Amino acid sequence: MARYQNVLDLIGNTPLVDVSSLSPNPGARILVKLEGVNPGGSVKDRIALSLIEDAEKRGLLEPGATLIEPSSGNTGIGLALVCRVRGYHLKVVLPANVSIERRQLLEIFGAEIIESPGSEGSNGAVRMAQAIAEEHPEWTFLYQYGNPANPRAHYEGTGPEIWRDCPEITHFVAGLGTSGTLLGVGRYLKEQNPEVQVWAVEPPTGAMVDGLRNLDDGYVPPIFAEWGGEELLDRKTLVSPEDSILGTRRLLEAGIFAGISSGAALAGAQRCAAQIESGTIVIVSADGGWKYLSTGAWTDDIEVVAERARKVIYF
Amino acid sequence: MSVEVRLPTLLRPAAEGAASVSLDGSTVGDVLRALVSSYPSLTGQVLTEDGSLHKFVNVYLNDDDVRYLDKLETKVTDTDVLSILPAVAGG
Repeated sequence: MARYQNVLDLIGNTPLVDVSSLSPNPGARILVKLEGVNPGGSVKDRIALSLIEDAEKRGLLEPGATLIEPSSGNTGIGLALVCRVRGYHLKVVLPANVSIERRQLLEIFGAEIIESPGSEGSNGAVRMAQAIAEEHPEWTFLYQYGNPANPRAHYEGTGPEIWRDCPEITHFVAGLGTSGTLLGVGRYLKEQNPEVQVWAVEPPTGAMVDGLRNLDDGYVPPIFAEWGGEELLDRKTLVSPEDSILGTRRLLEAGIFAGISSGAALAGAQRCAAQIESGTIVIVSADGGWKYLSTGAWTDDIEVVAERARKVIYF
Repeated sequence: MSVEVRLPTLLRPAAEGAASVSLDGSTVGDVLRALVSSYPSLTGQVLTEDGSLHKFVNVYLNDDDVRYLDKLETKVTDTDVLSILPAVAGG
């Protein structure tokens, strides 16, 4: 059916596309799940809807309520979309060093931006949002990093969709941000077939966190431990900004215009493909390329773009 | 066996400003213990008092997080690079 009552009904049920032409191993297929087709433009629409509907069910959201949430962009945009449709006010604590398009989209959807220091990355945004939420108990703090409605959106949505469309999956590869996608999809897939391997892809933190004073300023989302992340993940691999940009450009060879973290996921999948004899690898493309045009990812010299990407949060 | 260890910006002051150091050991644990004994002010930063990895630190052997290899028992060879990075969220 292509007729919907409400734009929020468009969230989920995203397509899975074969990009095996990008695999370094003819025996290893690679398929990419295109989350950029969600109405807010990213995988985070799923958790935005899940977090808000869960809060509504629990009676935490009065009509016209105000919400506060830390986000490096996509969750904020997803929440801004859902809030716009449902009539809530949203304040997003956003690190200063996100791409300009993320900021513009938040503003377009009507969210208020509270800037946190770029040099503290997402960790700093989380800390600031926690402090503000404490000062304003009248605002609802959904806290994507600690709310089980985040991985549940993937356990009930993304995971079953992948299993329905690709039951031959042997490896699932996705970026590690809040860990919600990996936890929810990973748990669901392993319940269907315990042999499925779950790989996390991470960007190096580099210059994005120079403002952290010591390792105690580090941060692991509470849902990661609550959902047994360390036991669930089989591998975690670091993908440099250079390889992320190269991956983003390779995706374009298959006609896929995706965000920089999708390039990192492809690089992780290519690494995985090179290490296995045969298999079917499914990756998540978290968003489309639109929000990264200003980074020059497709047009400028790779060294220049990679250096720029070192200073911009793209996860 | 000498392994290159890359330090994040926030740990460099405790290591006399070094961005990377070369240390001996045959496992990740050996190398990290050698790091802390070379720079005692890193005590409690990378390894906790009971000798396990600090919960907010990720250690990568080349590109792989050692928590998903053999943790501190992961073997290293002298062409390997260990990178220590603070745990950071996205989203």
